[in-house]
Amino acid sequence: MSLTDNLQVDAKGRLRHFLTVEGLPREQLVSIMDTADSFASVSEQAVKKVPILRGKTVVNLFFETSTRTRTTFELAAKRLSADVLNLNIATSATTKGESLLDTIRNIEAMQVDMFVVRHADSGAPHFIARHVAPHISVINAGDGRHAHPTQAMLDVYTIRKHKGRFEGLVVAIVGDILHSRVARSEIQALRILGAGEIRVVGPRTLLPPDAESLGVKVFVDLEQGLKDVDVVIMLRLQRERMNGAFIPSEHEYFAKFGLTEERLKVAKPDAIIMHPGPINRGIEIESKVADGPRSVILQQVTAGISIRMAVMSMVMSHETGGQRDV
Amino acid sequence: MSEQLLIKGGRLVDPASGTDAVLDVAIREGKIAALGAHPDGFVPDRVIDAQGLVVAPGFVDLAARFREPGFEHKATIQSESLAASAAGITTVCIPPDGVPITDTPAVAQLIQEIGHEIGKVRLCPIGALTRGLKGKDLSEMRSLKDAGCRSVSNAYSPVQSSLILRRSMEYAASHDLLVVFRPEDEDLADGGCAHEGIVATRMGLRGIPYAAETVAVAKVLALIEQTGARVHFSLISSARAMRSIARAQEKGFQVTADTAAHYLHLTESDIEGFDAQCHVSPPFRTLEDRDAMRQGVVDGVISAICSDHQPHEADAKLDAFPSTEPGISALETLLPLSLQLVNEGAMDLMTALRALTVSPARVMGLDAGTLSIGAPADVAIFDPLASWALGPDTWRSQGRNTPYWGQTLQGRIRYTLLGGQCVFERREN
Repeated sequence: MSLTDNLQVDAKGRLRHFLTVEGLPREQLVSIMDTADSFASVSEQAVKKVPILRGKTVVNLFFETSTRTRTTFELAAKRLSADVLNLNIATSATTKGESLLDTIRNIEAMQVDMFVVRHADSGAPHFIARHVAPHISVINAGDGRHAHPTQAMLDVYTIRKHKGRFEGLVVAIVGDILHSRVARSEIQALRILGAGEIRVVGPRTLLPPDAESLGVKVFVDLEQGLKDVDVVIMLRLQRERMNGAFIPSEHEYFAKFGLTEERLKVAKPDAIIMHPGPINRGIEIESKVADGPRSVILQQVTAGISIRMAVMSMVMSHETGGQRDV
Repeated sequence: MSEQLLIKGGRLVDPASGTDAVLDVAIREGKIAALGAHPDGFVPDRVIDAQGLVVAPGFVDLAARFREPGFEHKATIQSESLAASAAGITTVCIPPDGVPITDTPAVAQLIQEIGHEIGKVRLCPIGALTRGLKGKDLSEMRSLKDAGCRSVSNAYSPVQSSLILRRSMEYAASHDLLVVFRPEDEDLADGGCAHEGIVATRMGLRGIPYAAETVAVAKVLALIEQTGARVHFSLISSARAMRSIARAQEKGFQVTADTAAHYLHLTESDIEGFDAQCHVSPPFRTLEDRDAMRQGVVDGVISAICSDHQPHEADAKLDAFPSTEPGISALETLLPLSLQLVNEGAMDLMTALRALTVSPARVMGLDAGTLSIGAPADVAIFDPLASWALGPDTWRSQGRNTPYWGQTLQGRIRYTLLGGQCVFERREN
């Protein structure tokens, strides 16, 4: 259908880049999770390394700051024995006026093999994937409001670990859906994997227009949105959005949309609580819940390493495609 | 000098008079001398064989940027004049947002003089509505009018102050200047780069809602009622805004509207895959909007189809979608896309050509857009069936930023006449 679909898989349907989960077949997502399973044990060994990417150079190309995502990508690459270069472009080249394409060309000239890209513009990793040399793979580590596919994969991986299935599951995603690339990718991944019902919950100012078109049920009331759910995914509310323009105050937000033990009573008794982090205690989630027995927030972080190892190893085994498209 | 010219055997389509017949056109002293029977003593110096071709008035384009002065790395008056004449366009209105901005008579005169020297197309600069397009002080509109501007506009810089908006409309009205608005409320547009709808929501692109256009239109309509200004809305993108304009027209307001040819074809879906060539402002909206606007052209609510030509250097489109510059290089697709509306059954040839000729000429108060006797002999002669592939060998504009690049379109200019002079002739095919 779109350029996206052809761009990230090779002629044999294998992952060449990982830009979005949209358009990927269910088997592909299952395969990523199965591969992650096989890597999970690596992190538990005394020597936490396998030689899969030995001699390869991975560049973490972060045009937007990040701690967690960059760190887990770095760890994942290192456990696969790759050499890792961290570039924080937000404070270097582009502020001097270098174009995105020039930045890419320059780093490409250093004979690297993979770009892990985070960028404030939706579509930036697609643009880069379309212009890099054929042997280079691009992994999207979050672009604008568009996609954060490895986060979505580690989330569904965590869900699979706890629930063992997707069919019939009711999943609620709560908070700032409008600005969230995590939510978009999660919704797509959950739909591809056949989740029973996906809900988004938040005030209208933080929901995308036409949210229903994403294939979700929309709730503006948290109690109703949490009723009988199996999984609750809380999203981080960015500080700059807390006071004024989107919600009147942190206080009112917590009062209406903060996740508390009390509110969770309407969810299924075995419901799990997830959060992509970093969490705002007392704003979107109370500590009792974040640290409670149903919280799998820290397991998500651990899963992030296995998932990223899986994706990195898979994209590096693709067949290099056609000519560079300029 | 005063060459006598005969266009022989072509299908003359002149929407101004409703003529659609095989008629010869005799041209003398730069004007249409006769249609059909030749005048006494008429001995043509040159005969153009137009059998199988359509003979129409030269097209009047209400919005095209030639990028000079100020952005010559994108295009020049020279390069775009050649592209325009190869596209059958004989009159072009140039928005005021070059560098320097067209807020002084000198800039308005400069544009016309360079255009005149090149001699391929008549250039009509649109003056700035406010000084520096800053929306604070009125421009010297009377002087701009004396320098040849027939209209004033703030182009892509909306006038945020309702008070300045009112005063600028009143001042324009007192000098009988048309005010051209590209309606978009900057606050509601909120830095968006795509239509706020299902595609932008899924792709995570910041959306521009319908309200950005409808609110701006409503505000201007209220001020037309207050000030009596003559207003033209440039680049309508939504059915909702169009319906507001239609209601104002029914009430007898002096208000007209245009859209660009590509808005009558492309929709929000065309940005899939982050195709920066479809990054335009206002954004492509839904199929329903597109179809409603096609009907709007038929009904006359949208009286003109313009090119909204915005040539760019390649780099302008080489970035992540939201960071690319909006706009399409569109002079050369104006006729093919308009003919495609006819081929798709959306309208007849007369209607499509009306929106390219007499209607925009009337909007701007120009003595152009018709082949009636005595009118300036600005003529577009084209083969409606000829197909051509858009590529480096066929393209003339310096800007190659078009989503149609590499595609084959139907409808090709064979001759363009400006004031009775043949300014373009296609020798191949």
